[in-house]
Parts: sequence; C-alpha cells; structure tokens
Amino acid sequence: MSAPTDAVDLSARGGTASGRLDLFTQLRRDPWALAGLIVVAVFVLAAIFAPLITAINGQNPYDYNLHALDSSGAPKGWGGGISWRHWFGVEPLTGRDLFSIVVYGGRLSLSVGVLATLVAVAIGVLVGLTAGYFGGWYDRVASRVVDVLLGFPALIFIIALTAVVSANFPRPVLIVLVMGFFSWPSVARVVRGQVLSLKQRTFVVASEAMGAGDGHVLWRQLLPNVGATIIVYATILVPSMIGFEAALSFLGVGVPPPTPSWGRAIGTSVQWFSTDPGYLVFPGGALFLITLGLNAFGDGLRDALDPRTSRRRGILHRIAPRSARTHGRQRKVTA
Amino acid sequence: MRIARLVTSRLVGVVLVLLVVTAITFVIFYLLPSNPAQLSCGKPCTPENLARAKQFLGLDLPWYGQFWEFLRGIVMGRTFGTGADAIVCNAPCFGYSFQLNTPVTELILTRFPVTASIAVGAAALWFVSGVAGGTIAAVWRRKAPDRAIMTVAIAGVSSPAYLVGMLLILLFGFTLGWLPTGGYEPFGDDPVQWFLHLLLPWTALAFISSAVYARLTRSELVEQLGLDYVRTARAKGLGEGAVVMRHGLRNALIPVVTLFGLDLGTLLGGAVISERVFSMQGLGALLLDSIGRLDLQVIVGITLFSAFLIAIANVVVDIVYGLIDPRVRAA
Amino acid sequence: MSPADVTPVLSVRDLSVSFGGSGEADRVVDSVGFDLAPGRVLALVGESGSGKSVTAMSVLGLLPETARVSGSVRLDGRELVGAASAELRAVRGGRIGTVFQEPMSAFDPVYPIGRQIAEAIRVHRRGLRGAALRARVRELLTSVGLPDAARIAASHPHELSGGQLQRAMIAMALSCDPVAIIADEPTTALDVTVQAGILDLLRTLRDTRGTAILLITHDMGVVADLADDVIVMRQGVIVESGAVAAVFDSPASEYTRELLAAVPSLGALGDATEVATPRSGADASPVVVLDGASVAFRRRGTAVRAVDGASFAIGRGEVVGLVGESGSGKSTIGRALVGLVPVASGHASVAGVELGAAGRRERRRVRSRIGYVFQDPASSLNPRNTIGTSIAEPLLLHTAQSAAERTARVRELLAQVRLPADFARRYPHELSGGQRQRVAIARALALEPELLIADEPTSALDVSVQASVLELLEELQRRHGFACLFISHDLAVVRRLADRVVVLHRGRVVEQGPAAAVLAAPAEAYTRRLLAAAPVADPEAQAARRELWRELEAVR
Repeated sequence: MSAPTDAVDLSARGGTASGRLDLFTQLRRDPWALAGLIVVAVFVLAAIFAPLITAINGQNPYDYNLHALDSSGAPKGWGGGISWRHWFGVEPLTGRDLFSIVVYGGRLSLSVGVLATLVAVAIGVLVGLTAGYFGGWYDRVASRVVDVLLGFPALIFIIALTAVVSANFPRPVLIVLVMGFFSWPSVARVVRGQVLSLKQRTFVVASEAMGAGDGHVLWRQLLPNVGATIIVYATILVPSMIGFEAALSFLGVGVPPPTPSWGRAIGTSVQWFSTDPGYLVFPGGALFLITLGLNAFGDGLRDALDPRTSRRRGILHRIAPRSARTHGRQRKVTA
Repeated sequence: MRIARLVTSRLVGVVLVLLVVTAITFVIFYLLPSNPAQLSCGKPCTPENLARAKQFLGLDLPWYGQFWEFLRGIVMGRTFGTGADAIVCNAPCFGYSFQLNTPVTELILTRFPVTASIAVGAAALWFVSGVAGGTIAAVWRRKAPDRAIMTVAIAGVSSPAYLVGMLLILLFGFTLGWLPTGGYEPFGDDPVQWFLHLLLPWTALAFISSAVYARLTRSELVEQLGLDYVRTARAKGLGEGAVVMRHGLRNALIPVVTLFGLDLGTLLGGAVISERVFSMQGLGALLLDSIGRLDLQVIVGITLFSAFLIAIANVVVDIVYGLIDPRVRAA
Repeated sequence: MSPADVTPVLSVRDLSVSFGGSGEADRVVDSVGFDLAPGRVLALVGESGSGKSVTAMSVLGLLPETARVSGSVRLDGRELVGAASAELRAVRGGRIGTVFQEPMSAFDPVYPIGRQIAEAIRVHRRGLRGAALRARVRELLTSVGLPDAARIAASHPHELSGGQLQRAMIAMALSCDPVAIIADEPTTALDVTVQAGILDLLRTLRDTRGTAILLITHDMGVVADLADDVIVMRQGVIVESGAVAAVFDSPASEYTRELLAAVPSLGALGDATEVATPRSGADASPVVVLDGASVAFRRRGTAVRAVDGASFAIGRGEVVGLVGESGSGKSTIGRALVGLVPVASGHASVAGVELGAAGRRERRRVRSRIGYVFQDPASSLNPRNTIGTSIAEPLLLHTAQSAAERTARVRELLAQVRLPADFARRYPHELSGGQRQRVAIARALALEPELLIADEPTSALDVSVQASVLELLEELQRRHGFACLFISHDLAVVRRLADRVVVLHRGRVVEQGPAAAVLAAPAEAYTRRLLAAAPVADPEAQAARRELWRELEAVR
C-alpha cells in the first residue's frame, strides 16, 4: 500500500546528508567568511607565539629604546620610526617596540574578549533557557532584569567601578567579570526567544508527553536546537568584547601599564597623532582587523546555519504562505 | 485609553527600576568599599573635607538609615551638618563634591548639554542613515547597492567610534582643515559653530551604530517583504514604493525601535568616548576627571544620573513602541 | 451555460513557469491553459506542489523575480504576460480581486481593517476620499455579511476572528468591482461552519454580480460545493478538466480517481441504517474515564474554561473520535490526559490512575502507558535528532534497555509503520510529511501503549497521503488493540476510524454515541449544523447538504 507521494519524495531527497559537511562547504563558498577566518587564525597564532615572533628581531614590548627618539620624545625617522629593527616604529616618549606591543596586545584583547564572552554566554544561556522553558513569574522577573540591564549605561558604570574596587584585585579579572556581567542579558534574550518559539514546536511537547523530565527536555531537546544560535552569537560577541576592553583602556581605566594593550596605545596616540600617525595606525589597524575578521566569520557562520538563507527549500517556499513563522516571532517582553 | 494604561504601567515599572538601581549603586559604592568617606573626600584630602564627608555620609547611622538619607536626598533634597557649616543640597541631590565645593547636580547640569548634544545628534544621524541604508539594501537585495551598503556596514560594525573619530580629525581637521578638531561651542553662543564642532563627533559615533541599524533594517525588511500581507498589498495594485514604505518598512521598524531603546545606554557610553577624542568637557570628561581625583560623590552621582536618564528614556521608547505596534497595546 | 458559449474574461494559454535554471526539471507549471467565464467558478485542484497557486499568481504577475513565465494570459483580450508594471497594477485589485488563504496573516497587522480596504480603493479610484470613502468601506463590509461594519473597520486584524477577516478580505477584493476574483484556498484555514458561510458568500457574488471566480483548492468537497468547472493539476500539468458534474461522475484520469477515492466520505444525512456495534465495546474497566472534568487557563487575569465539565470514557481497544471546531477544547482534553495541563475540577483517570491525585512518579507511569501523535509532523520530531533517536526516546526514558536492544526495537517499529530500516539514521528534514507522521506513530507505539492519543494526525497532509496514514493507523489498532482517542475536526475521517464519537462545542460535550449513529442522525442542533457544513466530494449530495445547512442557519 505504499503511498505514491512518499516514493517521489524519497528519490528527490537522496541519501543521508551530514549537516557538518554542508556547513563546511557553505562556509568555503563565502569569501568574506573565509577571509575572516584566516585573519582570526593569524591573530590567534600571533598571540600564542608572541614571544617567539618578537624574538625574531630581538625585541620585547617592555624595554625602552630612548635612542630611537628625538629630543621632544617623538620617534626619529619616517612613519613613527619604522626601521629594520622596529617594523611598526616605536612608541613616543618611551621608544618601546610598537610591533611587540601590537603582537603582545593581541594576547590581552583576545583572552579578555574570549573569557568575557564565555562568562556572558554561560550566564545568558542558563537564564535564557530556563526563563523561556519554565515561564511564569520566574520568566517575568528574569525578562525584566534583562531589559533593565540591556539599557543600562554599562560603560559609565564600569568606569565608576574602577574607582572603588581595590587596586589589589587583578584588573584583567575584574574587566572580564564586569564585561561578562553586562553582556549576558543579550544572550539570554536571544536564547529565550528561541526557546519560546521551540516550545511551540510539538517535539518539545511530545517529549514531555512521553514522560521526560525538565532536565531531559532542556538538555536533550532544547539545547541542541539553540546550539547553533549560541555559537553564532558568541562569535559576534567576541569582537564587541574586544572593542569594549579597548575602549576601557582607551579611556585609561583598563588594564594598567606596562601590560601592552591596543586600547591604551590608541588612547595615548590622541596626543601624538598629528605628528606621529603611525602610533595610531598600527594598534588601531590591528583592532579593526580582528574585529572585522570575527564579524565577517560570524556573519558567514550565521548565514550557513540559518535555515532561512539556506537554499534547501527553494523558491516555492517564498510563494507558500509562511504565517507559521509569524506566530513564533519574538516580541519585546512587556511584562 | 489603552495608551493611558500603557503609560501608567510603564511609569510604575520605571519607579521600581530606579529604586532597585539606586539600591544597588548605594551598596556597591557606599557599603562595600572599606572607607567611603576617604573616597568621597577626594585627592588631596584635607582634614575638614574628610570630616564633612563623614558627616555627609552619616557613617554613624546604620546602613538602612544611610540609604534612607541617600534616597531622600534624591527625591526631596537634604541638608548636611548644622549651623554655619550646614550645606544645603537641593533636590534632586545626587551628592556633593567636597573638593569643588559644589553640589553634584549642579556639576552635572553644567556639563550635560555637551553630552546631550553629542548623543542626540548622533542618535538621530545613525537612526536615519541606518534605516535608509537598510531599506535601500533590502529593496535592491543581492544587487550592487546592497553589496556596497553591506560592505560598508560590516566595516562600520568593526570600527570603534574613537578610531573613526581620530581618522576623521586627521582627515577633515589636520589635513584638509575644513572642520575644528575638537572643543565645544554652546548652541546659544553660536549655532553654526555648535553644529560645525559637533559634525565630526556625530559622524564618528553614528558610524558604528548606523551599520548595525542598516543590517537589522535590511534583514527585517527582507523578511517582512516575504510575508503574506505584503503579497496582499501588491495584489491590491499598490505601487512598489507604497508596498515597501507603508507596509514593509512600517512593520520592519518595530524591532528597530526596540533595539533603539536598548542602545540608549551604549549611546551615552559612546558620547563619553567621543568627548575624550574631541576634547569636549561633558559628563564623560567630568567622570574621568573625578576618577583621577577619586571624587566618589561625583562618580556615583553621574552613574545614578545616567541610569535615571536611560530608564526614563526607555519609558518614552516603550510608549512609542506601543504607538507603532497595536498588538502591544492590547497585551 | 457552458464556458464555450460566452466570451471568457480571462483566458490562459500554454502557460509555463520555471524558477532558477532553464531546464525542464525546474518547471513548476507546464503548458497550462484554461478559460474563465463571467458568472462561473473555475476550480484549480491539486495536492501540494501541483502548481495551482503558482498558476494563479502568474496571472497577476505576482511571482518572485526569479520566475520565468512564458505563454499567454489575456484579460478581456489584453495580454498580461510581459505587460508593463503600471498596467499590471491597474489589473491587480482593479480588474481582478484576490482572496488569500490565511486571513490572519494576509492583513497588515499594524493598520485597522477599514484603512486597508480604503487603501485598496484609493489606488484605483483617486477621486474618492473622506466621508464618501469611509461610507464605501462600510457598504462593502456590510455587503459581505459583516453588519457591524463601523466596528470592524476600526479594528486591527488581531482583534477579529478568522471568519470575519476572510469576509473583510473578500470585501477588499470586491472594492473596485472586479470582473474576476482569484480565491487561493480561501477557506483552508477556517472551521467548517465558517467555511460554509464563506463559500455561500462567494456563490452569492457569482450569482448577483456575475463575477468570475478562479478558485484554488486542495479540497474536493469545496470543489463539489462551489465550482462549475474543474481543472485537476499534478506536478505542474493539467491532468483533467471539465464540468464539475462530469468530472466527479466519471473521472477520466487515473489520478483524479485516486484523489476522489482518497477523500473519506460522510454518507447521506438522516440515514442511520448502517449502525454497527462497537468492535470490542466498553468493558468493565475503561482505559480513560472523564467525569465532569474541567480545564481552565488564565488569560489576562481571568480564568477561561477551555474544557467545561466533560464526561466520557474510552474502553479497552475502543476508538473514540473527539470532534469539534478550533477553540472547542478538543486538543486540551488530549493534553490533560497526559498531564500536560492540570484538570481544574472533576475527575480524570487514565489506566486506573486518578490524574489529579497522581504524584510525579505515577504521572510518569501514566505517560509511559500513552502514545501521542501530533498534528504537524514537521515539528513533532526534533530536527537535530536522527529518526532512530527520536523513536527510541520513550525506550530511553522508561526502560533499561541497552543500545543494541533499542536499535533492534527501532528497526521493528519502522517495519511496523512500513518504513525501511535505514531510515533510523536519517534526519527529519530528509523525510516527507507522510513519512514523518509514520515515524511519529512508530515512536508513539514504542512502549506498546494502552492508549494512543492522535491529535489531528492527518490534517497537515495531502489527501492521498492522509488516506495511507489512516489505513496504517487502522491496521495497527486492529493488530495491537490499543484504545485510541482520535481528535479531529474532520467528520469524515472520524467516521472512518471511530467506534464512538464525542462532539465538543465551546468546551462542553454536546453529544456522544456510536459513530455511525451520531454522524448519520445527530440528535443535537450543533452536531447537525457541523455535519451539514462539512462538504462532501459529490456535487449532487453536496447541493442537498447545502440546502440543509441553509435551513439550519436560518433557524439559528
């Protein structure tokens, strides 16, 4: 009695496809994403092997090279003192090797960015998943907190905080914690929205009807389905964290000297850039490139993972009514 | 009727939020530090300033008494000390700087026009340019205008405001000499100079956000244009312009306005950074100066003031949101 | 009057549509031709993917830019394929009105209905404005059976019901006195009693205004009810065409015959001859007992009773059909039986366990005795899990079986629902709707349940697939002898499967009894209306039912 339409469908769809393979081929077709990935890889490698790379030229980011400066403290020579010894020139007033500062600065930016993202994602996923799944007053309170924190002037608050936190408390740890704390709400919001629309899909109800406990539903049914979103979101969160850290250092409230930092270099260059633009260009360019690379890669990842942009459903889907999607739309919480 | 209910419920909500924010700020800045009086006193800390700070903070009171005084000061104003030494701090009292001998509220109000000028202008610029760019990209999606706008946008998303600001100064200030490289002219003194001084800060601050808004507008509009009601609008015989602007964009703007409400806090932070780049004496400069002087009163005052500002601005955004989305009004 | 006698308003010749590439394989519509005459209803029938909607949209030039259209579409002799966009815009809404499937999403959510209708008028009649325009909108709304025109005009779409919105949509389609109306599945999203009203309205338009109607539908009952002529399409090609009576009476093509055979039938009303005895009957210990059970939801602070004092029982091995329209509470009863929603008052017991008093552990045990099949097979399987994992989920939750035992059981279950064993390694998106529903059934049967709850298991499927899934369910029920609560809005489907029927209306049980008896000679007025409103795939019988429905509506 096999139904005729079933047979047609089978032949049209073909054998088992591996989702991961799809993702890889799709990413490879996206030149922006590929370029972004390469840029990120270069920066990560440079950060990991910073001591080896700077050792090629016998430099490090801490030693003063006063002989490379003129009497006003500005670097001698073209482009901020670019030479075979100092590839990116030297820092004004101290003469520290700018190439080493940029390479070592990547260590700070990347590690702070990634760690703060991990903090934000951990809290955000936990809160978003449970708030969306359990609903009720817990969801209302959580959503309200998320809304308030999202609109909060975080930068001002963090600047103020640096004034009262004891100087003995390690500054990078403080920055990671505080940035993570102010960033989890956006993750929670996205995850909660996804969970709310997943809850309308009956496989979640089906699992409950089969006698599954909350843990099983959260861990086995919901989490795998928001996984892709979380990965994409995290990829896009890292560059914003890097930018945040750089902004704090730029304002002089970030990681204290002598730890090399792009943001602080850019901040110091404000006083110099009419005479020594090179001091702005190299750290600024590094910050721009890593951010751009991560954003481009995150975009490509999102496009590859988003069923709406994938070509599987084809054109007919565009004509068919898609009211089903409007039902699941995420609305602003108005509790 | 419904709008009135919406406004009332939001106002009740915002009072609660302000209370909680005040409490948290109080705990972090006055209860947790080991010696808040020392911090409030500022650098250098004269003995009489320290004494006044101690009295000001009412350190002899239990914590809830201190919080009550703190709260009362904001709502009704307060008086410190007695007799000839008494300092009157009128409502809303956000604190008193012993070093500058000035109420914090007064300090804030003299600096606020600078920050507000930067923030409001930048927000208007980014909203308009972001939505316009996103609309153009969505209408001509996968064609040249879309590619161009989205390429600029991804670069924009990756460009910190201070970096863009410094490059703008370098180009239009130092190299071309068209625009001032920094400073602020009050609007009342010379509107033209006010505008010229703010043009670069606005552009620098708006660049990154307009990129974000262009991307959001584009994706929302593309989605809306695929929905059933847009097909209905086309089947009525409406021209493509009316379909896109009156129906598609009108609906696509709903999440964009939501994002705008959430970005107000970031906007204020961005203004602080811009002040530094363009050497303007706004709230941000006051905050950074106070950090240098360790003037806790001013630091807390600015933090609270900006939190209040954002919370109230959010109510406005919420009401606008209710106006543009009839479904929210019903809920 | 046959279409050949009069000049057609719309004449389509050799129309082909393809997307993307240029190859034959991408053709969605292939050499389609027909004439639409004034005062007649032409139905384009077919299952999903038949190209019926694409054909209709190509008439209006509303296909995506990637579509390549060839052939000819003439409206009053003027060619529309390749016409200038200004000319097409004058046709859309002006000469041809359109009614879409989902009234809830076919209106712009942010504007009041009246404004949207006024907009449609203003596009084509620029002179009309102000009070005259508002009066015209009210007049239109009244003419489509919405007497409360002023209130409707001021309402936003989310404030109105599906039936009201669809009438407003028809008013909008009529706003510029079009010569033709394209109705794309105009009643698919609506309840049968609402559907009957909309179909009646369309028929009135045809008769009083002489509007030509191009009706796109998958429902043979709707065709039998409304259409004068019919075109059957399959995979972009016309399989058969002709007058409705002729095609239904003696279908020429094999596909049309299959399609008609797959539609479950209801039988004539008032004919209670074939009352059969229930298969095993309600024995001493029923699997499900509901006694005055109520389920309440809180909506904006006030409690709304979704189910209000429902009482019925399901015996061992008995199939009970639970029938009702949307919002009647039929799905809520199913969910209450597995404890997904709490029973507020009254008693509900499953397999001897009183649900209200059951603790966590007992409720888990009850759930292990129940299999559940949901409506939408697209969303009832976790897209990230393989079919095998999904089917094995109940085994994982309730048994201590090893991975190998589970694999063996999954293989066995797949065989039972007639799917190949290698499907266990596939993902849901690689399966068709019918296959997914078979997987859902396999999962529901994994623990050999005493009770199977099937909540509209076939309403998201094409008729031919629906028939095969129903057949499978029937056979499995015979083999395993589980009791079954079959929830459906479709009386014909229920009639085919159920021993007994429970009719639900606004949360209350209005009637129950043996299926054949209730569905042939209902005692309650509501059941009679429901039955009369359900169209059957037989033009003559449908004409009789329509008369009966009109009589019932008249006495309301």
